Amino acid sequence: MSEISPGLWGILLHGVWVTVQLTVFSAALGAAVAFAVGLARTHRLRIVRIVSGAYFELFRGTSALVLMIWVFFVVPLTLGWQLVPMWAAVLTLGCTYGAYGSEVVRGAVAAVPQGQREAGVALGFTPAQRLRKIVLPQAWPEMVPPFNNLLIELLKGTALVSVLGVGDITFGAQLVRNATGRSAPVYSVVLVMYFVLAFLLTRAMRLVERRAKAGVGRGPSPEPAAAAQSGPDRRRDAAPSASAPGGAS
Amino acid sequence: MPADTALPNPAGAAPAGGRELIRLDQVTKRFGGTTVLDRLDFTVDPGKHVTLIGPSGSGKTTILRLLMTLTKPDEGTITVDGEQLFPASEKERREARKKIGMVFQQFNLFPNMTVLRNITEAPVTVLGLSRDEAEVRARELLDLVGLADKCDARPTQLSGGQQQRVAIARALAMRPRVLLLDEVTSALDPELVAGVLDLLRDIARSTDITMLCVTHEMNFARDISDQVLMFDAGRVIESGPPEKLFGDPEQERTREFLSAVL
Ligand SMILES: Nc1ncnc2c1ncn2[C@@H]1O[C@H](COP(=O)(O)OP(=O)(O)OP(=O)(O)O)[C@@H](O)[C@H]1O
Ligand SMILES: [Mg+2]
Repeated sequence: MSEISPGLWGILLHGVWVTVQLTVFSAALGAAVAFAVGLARTHRLRIVRIVSGAYFELFRGTSALVLMIWVFFVVPLTLGWQLVPMWAAVLTLGCTYGAYGSEVVRGAVAAVPQGQREAGVALGFTPAQRLRKIVLPQAWPEMVPPFNNLLIELLKGTALVSVLGVGDITFGAQLVRNATGRSAPVYSVVLVMYFVLAFLLTRAMRLVERRAKAGVGRGPSPEPAAAAQSGPDRRRDAAPSASAPGGAS
Repeated sequence: MPADTALPNPAGAAPAGGRELIRLDQVTKRFGGTTVLDRLDFTVDPGKHVTLIGPSGSGKTTILRLLMTLTKPDEGTITVDGEQLFPASEKERREARKKIGMVFQQFNLFPNMTVLRNITEAPVTVLGLSRDEAEVRARELLDLVGLADKCDARPTQLSGGQQQRVAIARALAMRPRVLLLDEVTSALDPELVAGVLDLLRDIARSTDITMLCVTHEMNFARDISDQVLMFDAGRVIESGPPEKLFGDPEQERTREFLSAVL
């Protein structure tokens, strides 16, 4: 590791920061897309389901890498304006992972028992109120573990942006390799960096999951104050934990 | 002519009198190719307690679901307290629906809310009560169903019988004119059934709420009903006061059914 001078470490650490930013922004856009498209796919109007289903198929069937290059290099030729590389990357990643996320939202919403919706009808709630007060709060805990998987896929997927010259971890690694002439040290470091980021993400999502489960009366309550009421009714807390398989992106 | 209108009707199905609370006119419901309800007519007067009995698959649940607008009839009209449920616009239906409450076999409490919140949410959101008013009402109802100490519990922390009593309180909190009860004790452990039935007897006695229940608890039906309707294959084949229907049924089919369940 001594081949990597402090200046080169700086490049790598800046890359970590860029990767984190890319992940956060893409995840925010992706979440918005996932909910919008996922709910549209359960809409009572057929046309809405068809359009949103087409969106899902389109983005599932195209390579994020090719799409990113296309957005950055081809769109400007036809439209005459150019996105900065960072936003071209966020747009592509957000729309792509949002499409995958829509499947998670659709599935979790569909898994809420029909009786819950019917109780909502019987109490006079409007469809929007049923969604907001009954369906989504119950679907949310089911979404968290698969969302964690997608987040980690997204984190690793951000490595694609180096083709646009965005200075993320992977791009920094290429610079360092060119400067030192050796691949082994820098890519070993980068491997660990991605792993640590993924690990932190998983830890954070575990907390989110635990809170979400407590919110529907499963698992321990998050507020100690409420513990007075809650019996030891802890159901199995063995959620299929989404681990980060060290697959290369 | 539909069988039930030809029969003596002590609950007073006044023909076209207009004072009935619920009215079904020539209601037909099909699922795929099978006709589940066949040009059904019946009326329920305000404050009456009507029980639907009949073999499995005869369409009892379907009637309650139609009244709760959980499913739509293929033909016919349904009116509640002078307001049409079918045919009607979604908006009209939402208004008319406020007069009806339902308790389900599987309770269907919202696990993402506390017991108190289960009861207050709809009065606040749908009726526009303030949260304080709604909580006062909810606590009174929890007192009535004997669960005043469970306000802050989660539904998952309650027994089936307790959950069902909360569900009854939740339905009553909307002050419906009609309460629909679909086999509300059949998902309960046997030792919990009596508590829920006693509560319903209590409510039937002490309020003027109209009840329409489907039950296999014949003793309960005998106790609370003003009128019992016997269903078979989507039609009312016999109706009358419980003493008559349980004691001296006219139809052979009713006799067979009763001897099988009693
Ligand atoms: N959603 C549905 N799709 C298709 N068929 C249905 C549906 N709901 C009910 N049915 C059919 O309609 C008929 C009447 O059902 P319903 O549930 O009203 O009977 P029920 O009298 O309540 O019976 P049970 O005593 O078993 O509850 C049955 O033959 C049933 O299979
Ligand atoms: Mg039924």
